[in-house]
Amino acid sequence: MSSIRLSAAELGAALAKGEITSVELTNQHFDRIAEVDTSVHAFLHLDKEGALAQANSVDAKRAAGEKLGPIAGVPLALKDVLTQKGIPTTCGSKMLEGWRPPYDSGVVTKLKDAGVVILGKTNMDEFAMGSSTENSAYGPTHNPWDLTRIPGGSGGGSSASLAAFEAPLAIGTDTGGSIRQPAAVTGTVGVKPTYGGVSRYGLVAFSSSLDQAGPCARTVLDTALLHEAIAGHDPRDSTSINSPVPQVVAAAKRLDVKGMKIGVVKEISGEGFQAGVRTRFEESLQLLVEAGAEIVEVSCPNFDYALAAYYLIAPSEASSNLARFDSMRYGIRVGDDGNRGAEEVMNLTRQVGFGREVKRRIILGTYALSSGYYDAYYGSAQKVRTLIKRDFEAAFTKADVLVSPTAPTTAFKIGEKSDDPLAMYLNDIATIPVNMAGIGGMSLPCGLAPEDGLPVGFQIMSPVMQDDLMYRVGGTLEAALNSKWGHTLISQIPDLQVR
Amino acid sequence: MAAISRDDVAHLARLARIEMSAEELDHMASELDVILGAVARVQEVAGQDVPPTSHPLPMTNIFRADVVKPSLTNEEALSGAPAKVEERFKVPQILGEAE
Repeated sequence: MSSIRLSAAELGAALAKGEITSVELTNQHFDRIAEVDTSVHAFLHLDKEGALAQANSVDAKRAAGEKLGPIAGVPLALKDVLTQKGIPTTCGSKMLEGWRPPYDSGVVTKLKDAGVVILGKTNMDEFAMGSSTENSAYGPTHNPWDLTRIPGGSGGGSSASLAAFEAPLAIGTDTGGSIRQPAAVTGTVGVKPTYGGVSRYGLVAFSSSLDQAGPCARTVLDTALLHEAIAGHDPRDSTSINSPVPQVVAAAKRLDVKGMKIGVVKEISGEGFQAGVRTRFEESLQLLVEAGAEIVEVSCPNFDYALAAYYLIAPSEASSNLARFDSMRYGIRVGDDGNRGAEEVMNLTRQVGFGREVKRRIILGTYALSSGYYDAYYGSAQKVRTLIKRDFEAAFTKADVLVSPTAPTTAFKIGEKSDDPLAMYLNDIATIPVNMAGIGGMSLPCGLAPEDGLPVGFQIMSPVMQDDLMYRVGGTLEAALNSKWGHTLISQIPDLQVR
Repeated sequence: MAAISRDDVAHLARLARIEMSAEELDHMASELDVILGAVARVQEVAGQDVPPTSHPLPMTNIFRADVVKPSLTNEEALSGAPAKVEERFKVPQILGEAE
């Protein structure tokens, strides 16, 4: 019998008891991928050999009586923006087609040490720029709830792999919502840890002051188990926080919010949000009240400017970070015919190697940073960032955690917004403030919207390095929802209509 | 008046080292004009008394001990190079012809 629908915690327990081996479990997931991924397209690359070698090694250690961590031997899907030694890493871009990095990222080192089995690399919007995974140079990923719809982005491959039961755990990265929004639209859980909580070493940079890798799974507890496995100080990342990892697993198991104050952020919880998103969000608030929490309304007036500030800051940093793709040291090279100079080859390579959205953001960032416009655009955006931080600081004096819907709508159709950048950017309206302030954010499923039957995400935000608070609230809400429904949300996903 | 012209985009593309076709320039100019119109509202609240924030954490100058540690071999560092020669990156001509 296949174990692919079990949680990582259940799988970890079954492995520990010897009811299943990691090799068996790994093969079951590869079988599932072979069965459904031609329709879902969550993966860009599979590493059967490496995965089975790791699974064998974990099984051997377990047989020898070695003490292993709670997710040792459990399979995982890795977003293709993190380096893994010798394994293709494309960032969803033609620019890095065929590149095999010579080193492991900090996250991959931690995963390997924890005995996690990395199945392969997942699809994403090119260089993590997008909210639908339609910007991948390798074609879109399809939402397992409805294959005609987007799985969110940029980490749509990771979220889809979870919802399609191709992997019980996945890694994402979140610059403006790329873990949380894909989780919301696929009925899965995703956490953007506090900035600096998880190493950025080997995470191909998009916007360095906003980028953060984090855990994705189908339950809050699984997300917490993965969070503790990948978090912690890494001296190779100068922005890595050197203090103890918040106790998120204990918090996820606590199932108690009595006396906690939960702040509903007025500016990102109503206007412009789909009716069914608001309905499910408000039902969840009621469950939290029944569990003993107090709901307070808080106002963060400068959040109205967060999206505008983000689309100046992130492209500015991207225009600088993506300058490294110069066709000289790695990646593709175009037009080197022996006659053209380096600059011309660089120009041609970047024309061919980058897709439309990446070019749009590089040009926008170049403009925002250019002499004469710097103060008006990048400078003003940095000031808005200060105002957003102050709004959060004030709000956290009134509430222990803040909440909102994760995304304004459920999953939209593939192609529906791909020609309208501004409409696409609006998907991130509720997730961006978290990145601007560097705090923690979680999305967990809170039901299906009545009008379209698609998953809705509930966002919980917690102060810097108090990630445990969002897990405490998330774990409690998940348990209350499951008890109300009599089942988990993901168990209600229709069977995939495999092509 | 448009905030950004086709000529502006051509200049920016040169600065960013991206070759663009005439069609790409036209498309990009109209899209950027709309986006800039939307993001310019940051100026409404960015008063002179507000200090800028460039980074979420109050960290500066994180140093490590100056100790030699194992790192990538030449072969590893060159493994992704589009072209190489004699343990070096081989690049197209970077200086003009002798003048």
